[in-house]
Formats: sequence, structure tokens, C-alpha cells
Amino acid sequence: MLYFSKLRITLVSLVSLFFIFIAVSNFQNSKDSFISKKINLGLDLQGGSYLLLEIDNGPVEIQKLQNTTTVVRNFLKDKKIIFNDLRIENKKIIFNVSNDNVQLVETFFLDKEGDINPYYNQYKSHQFDVEIQNNEFSLTLSKYGLIEIKTSSQDQALEIVRRRVDEVGTNEPNILKRGNNRILVELPGLDDPMRIKSLLGKTANLTFRFVTQNSNDTFGTEMLKFEDGTSEAMVSKRIILNGENLLDAQPQMNNQTNETVVSFTLDRVGAKRFGKATSTGIGKQLAIVLDGKIVSAPIIRDTIASGNGQISGNFTFQSATDLALLLRSGALPAPLNIIEERTVGPDLGQDSINAGVIALMIGFLLVIIFMFFKYKIFGLIANITLLINLFFLVGILTLFEATLTLPGIAGIILTVGMAVDANVLIFERIKEECKKEKNNIIAFDTGYVKSKTAIIDANITTLIAAIILFFMGSGPVKGFSVTLAVGIFTTLFSVYFIARMLTGLYVERNKEKTKLI
Amino acid sequence: MINFNKFYKLFNLISLSLVVASVLLLFFKGLNFGVDFKGGTLIELRSTDKNINVTSLRQSFNKMNLGDFNVKKFGNENDFLIKIEKKDTSANVIDVIKKDLTTFLGGSFNFRRVESVGPKVSSELLKSGIIAIALSLTAMLFYIWIRFEWQFSLGAILALFHDVIITLGLFSLFSLEINLSIVAAVLTIVGYSMNDTVVIYDRVRENLRKFSDIKIYELTNISINETLSRTIITSATTLLALVSIYLFGGEILKGFSLAMIMGVVFGTYSSIYIANPILVKLRVSQKTILKEDTE
Repeated sequence: MLYFSKLRITLVSLVSLFFIFIAVSNFQNSKDSFISKKINLGLDLQGGSYLLLEIDNGPVEIQKLQNTTTVVRNFLKDKKIIFNDLRIENKKIIFNVSNDNVQLVETFFLDKEGDINPYYNQYKSHQFDVEIQNNEFSLTLSKYGLIEIKTSSQDQALEIVRRRVDEVGTNEPNILKRGNNRILVELPGLDDPMRIKSLLGKTANLTFRFVTQNSNDTFGTEMLKFEDGTSEAMVSKRIILNGENLLDAQPQMNNQTNETVVSFTLDRVGAKRFGKATSTGIGKQLAIVLDGKIVSAPIIRDTIASGNGQISGNFTFQSATDLALLLRSGALPAPLNIIEERTVGPDLGQDSINAGVIALMIGFLLVIIFMFFKYKIFGLIANITLLINLFFLVGILTLFEATLTLPGIAGIILTVGMAVDANVLIFERIKEECKKEKNNIIAFDTGYVKSKTAIIDANITTLIAAIILFFMGSGPVKGFSVTLAVGIFTTLFSVYFIARMLTGLYVERNKEKTKLI
Repeated sequence: MINFNKFYKLFNLISLSLVVASVLLLFFKGLNFGVDFKGGTLIELRSTDKNINVTSLRQSFNKMNLGDFNVKKFGNENDFLIKIEKKDTSANVIDVIKKDLTTFLGGSFNFRRVESVGPKVSSELLKSGIIAIALSLTAMLFYIWIRFEWQFSLGAILALFHDVIITLGLFSLFSLEINLSIVAAVLTIVGYSMNDTVVIYDRVRENLRKFSDIKIYELTNISINETLSRTIITSATTLLALVSIYLFGGEILKGFSLAMIMGVVFGTYSSIYIANPILVKLRVSQKTILKEDTE
């Protein structure tokens, strides 16, 4: 058993050298080094912002129900069915039809091919759950109907969030879906997320609507506040233009009034509509409404057919820039709420790295001194193994471009403390065997064999804890579970391949020694 | 050889009273949950102005009407930790605080860390933390059950419960903060304590096979002694690493490493004084093991 083939020795040495090389390449300039892979630093180490946004789908659901009401109304009118009391109540569409029509209306909602069930073939589910009591229909969005709304608004919101974050121009942002109604935004290097937060907090739903004095407007009217919150105006619900018609928006200085404005360019459809509205509405006030508040309501003096216009308001250059950015990137399908925020400044990140590195060095030193005094030569072997183990650990984290967090560094230090365990188990066993067995080589072999089950079991239990932590933990804590888990594998590898070889070579040279360990 | 088994009864009594005390503490005093689990806002602030201190900060925050808050020093002379209980984080509270602080104290400070957790997220985090710990205990129970016999599995799990409950009890007693990293620490304690127990159990099983005439009471004692130096050395190196994190790893890792230190101490103790007496109580004998082998 004590024979180690040349091939094996060479292979183990090559693997070790490879990982040492990779681990060291982390500390070199990436341009010079052979491997461009590096360990990523987590937000807690490099500084940055973590934002968890939740999409408020309530308004989208209401919108969906409103649209459906129109569909239902058209259908009923089409079939000349008399209906009563069509209304939305508690997220339900409710209406009455006469008894002899119940059957017909029900088939409409259950029609798998009909427009009302756009994804029946995909999910085997209707869009609405229909409940019929006597002759009253009550429609609620089905489970899949809700999921469909959530996923589609999440997809849209993700796109808009990405555009807005990209426009601000932060360094390598990370924007991901979480669940079916959340979006995670990680912004490395950003120590003050104030601007991004305010940009993401706005739906940016822009509409152009006439101000009216006539509350009997056919489309309905509503009272809206001005942005400054002091005055109000009655605005028609008829939308002349909305944000989707915008091709571009830029902040600009108006030379005549010396005011900052947002100038915009409309697409062809938008330009046409805007031209028509401005020609028929000369003298009227056109309200520019953003997220339910009037930004400004200028009086139309001329027909604007070019499709270019300006929004004025009491803008500073910054707020005009932000508004232009919001308009360019488009409206969010639903409001977003920031439900979790974690921001670490770059200096704290650096402090954490420094503290982590110092703790690692001191921990490592204490452990190797302890091991050397306890086991002498064998301690030296354990220490060499431990050092190579560290290179393995860092090397593997580099190869996988894993994210290192502060708890992750703690995981590495802990690995240093616990990694010697396997070697200790083996050494203690060899020591015991030496008491019974005169032949050092046999004692060495039985030591390895007999300690195996304990080592495997002990490491698997730690691995189980690390795996659970990986799946249940979040952010920095996840980094801890990664280093802990990788540390277990590198420990086992280094103990069984490197330490075993070194111990074997030593034992072979000291076959006759009476007190081996 | 040290006669550990002589003190089984005494230490079981001590452990039992510690567990009961911890449960009572957890029940009546409760845990000091941090922002992660309770929701609210945490700000780590560094001042460049020597005149800014806890009192002046407290006065400034008082003027802001933010509800319950807590200001304390954090490590360094000029570092402060402010916790605001206000659950509503929808508004840009942090920006308001920043502006207000500048007005009250001048701009001589910087926000090194801000954590703001909404009530929904915090309750989810708490839930997933509890699930994670429960899941890991269950996973260990089954793993040991598969590898050993149910008697061993029961002993190991009781030892784990003992470690986790007493560690949490101490956190409650000293009102130490429970945050996400403490959950990570508790899970690692579970792994470590198990690791320690498994090594001794492995030896108990080996000895059970070897000696049919030695009673389990003696046998556990032999096994503990045989593995004792390993137990001590591994605990020592692990503690060296942890103490180094505690002393040099910075303020953020203090709670984490402290929990781990407690866990390692209790984990080592419980593998000797909880896990083994239970094998004795359950009258484990060679039969228990042989049944496993013939199956």
C-alpha cells in the first residue's frame, strides 16, 4: 500500500501547481495573467447596493378586469343579449342576464378557442373562474390568469428596470427575477442609490389629456393635482397621447425663457394625433400628466404637426434629465416598491476585506503553530496540506468565478480550523495502531483505513448543513455556504492525496523508528 | 483514562437545567431580532467630527420623529450604529435622514452601511431561517439513522437541540442581536456538533463490534477516551480560527463568530455528555449493531 507510482506523484503535483497558479493569478493584473478568471467580490466587500423590488400588481389586475368588461360588453351587445348591472366589485366582474341567455353566455367563457381564453391550450386553464348564481355571473381571474398577469408584468418591468439602470450608467449591474413578482437589482460600486431608487420608484406613466370645465365629458373626467400639490384641475379621461408614442426625450435649455425643459419627439402615429389635437384644440389647456399628477398644462397656441414638443415645469437640470430618462425608457407596467435595501460604502467594504485577510492570516498562523507543536513532523505535513488546501479552495472559487462575501471569508477561516480535523483523526489513529503494531507501515495503513468512516461521516454532516444554507440563505450568507462546501471537498482531496503521500514517504523512510508519531 | 461516565448524571442535570433556563428565557425574554428579522432600518455611520457622539446623534434623531430608534457606538470611536424600528420603508426615509442630519450636525459624516428591510421581507427571512434550521436538524436525524441505528440518531439530535437551544438562550440572556449571519452560525454549529458526535459514535460502534462483554456504560467511556485527543485538538484549532475572526474580523462578524464559539464549546461538551449517556439510557448493546450488520 505504501507504494506511490511516479505517475500519481506527478499528477498530484501538477494538480496542486495548477491550483496554486490559479489562486495566485487573482492577485495579478488580469491583463498579464494567463487566466482571466477572478473571484468576484460580493457587494459587502466591494461596496454597492442591493435592492429588492416588489411589483404591485393590483393596478394591472384592475386594468385587466376593465379591459375584459369592454370585451364582455361588446360580446353581449353583439349577440343582442340584454344585460344589467355590469360592474367591477372586489376584483370581480359582475353582471346579470336573463335566464334564457345564461347558457349562451357561459359557453362564451368556457370556449377553449375563444379570445377570452388566450392560453387554454398552454396551461389547460381558463382565464377566468366563472360563478353563476341564478342569472348573475361573477368572474374572477383564475389562478393561471393571475400568474399570467404576474409573469408578464414581471417581464416588462424587468426590461424597463434594466433600461433605466443602464441609462444611469452604473458599473455591471445585476438585474434578476425573484419569484413571480419581484426583481432584484444589484449595483456594485454604487454607494448612494438615492437617484436609482427615485428613478425606479416612478411608474412614469405619461399621458396628454385636455383640461376641461365640462364634467359631462363623454369619456369621463377626474380631478388631478399639480405636481407642486397646491392646485388642481379637471382633466378629461380621454388620452390623446401616451408615453408609448414617444421616440425620444432629452433635457434642454429653453433659450427664450431661460428655463430647463424636456423636449420630446413623437413617432408617426403620435405626431398625427398630436397635430390633430393641437389644431382642433387651439386655446385649450393640454395637461401633461405623469403618474396621476399634472406636470404642466400649457395653453395650445399653434398646431404642432412636426411631432416635436416640449414639456415645461419647474425643472432643475437634474430633474429634467431624470424625467427625460424615464420617458425614454418607458413606463413600468405597475408600480414598484422597494421592500429591501442593503447598501455598503466602498470604504467599509475595503475595511471588511482588510479585517478578513488579517483574521485569516492570524487564524492560519495560530493553527499551524499549534499543529506543529502538537505533532512535529506530522504537524508539518498537516500544515503543508492545509496551505495547499487553501490554494485549492481559492483556486476553485476562482475557476467558478464564485462570489466572495465577508461571511465567505469567515467560511475560509473556519475551513482552516476544521480542515486539520481529518488529519488529526488519521494521526491519532496511527498513534493508537502503533501501540499494538510493531510494523510502522501496517500501523500507517490501518490508521488510514480505520479512520475513513469517521472522516466521511463527519464531513458529510457539515456538507448537509452547508447545502441547506445555500438553498435557504440569501446574499452574503450564501457566500459562506459556498466556501464551506468547497472547503470540505478540497480538504478531503488534500488529506487523501497530498497528506497521505507525504505521510507515506515519511513513514517509509522511518520504518524502523520506534516512536513514529 | 478519565472516567467521564461517573459524571453522566451530574452533567445531564446541569444540561437539563441550562436547557430549561434557555427555553424560559426564549419564552419570556425573547430574542433580540435585528433588522433582518424584525424589519426597519439600520445605518452604520462614521463621523469625521469629534464632537458628534451618541448623545448628539440621539438628539438629532429625536427631532426627526421616526418612532423608536436606538443609537450606539460600533467598534471604532467615530462609528455609530443607528437602528430605526419604523417598518414603513416605502418612502425614501434614508434620504430624508441624510438631509436632516446634515442640517442638524453639518455634513461631517458618511453612511458606511444602510440596511432597510420591509415587514414582508423580514417575516419571510425569519420563516426561511427557522425552516433552514429545522430542515438541517431533520436531515442530520435521517443521515445518522441511515449510517447508524435509531438510538444513535436520537442521541445525536438531542445533543444538537441542546447546543442550539443553549446558544440561543445565551443570545437571549445577553440580548445579543439575531440576524441572518447568526442563522448561518447556528447551521454551522449543527454541522460541527454533529461532526464531533459522529466521530465518537463511530468509535462506539467499532468497540461494540469488538467487545461483547463490556457494558455500554463502560464502552462509551472507553470510546470517549480513545477519541479524546482528537476532540480536544480539533476543537482547539477550530476555536483558534474562530477567536481570530472574533478579534480581527471586524464588527460585522463579531456576532457570527461569538455564536460559533459558543456552539463549538457546547457541541464538544454535548457529544460527550449528551450523545453518550443517551446510548446508555437506551440500553444500546452489541445486538443493536449486529442487527444492522446482518440486515
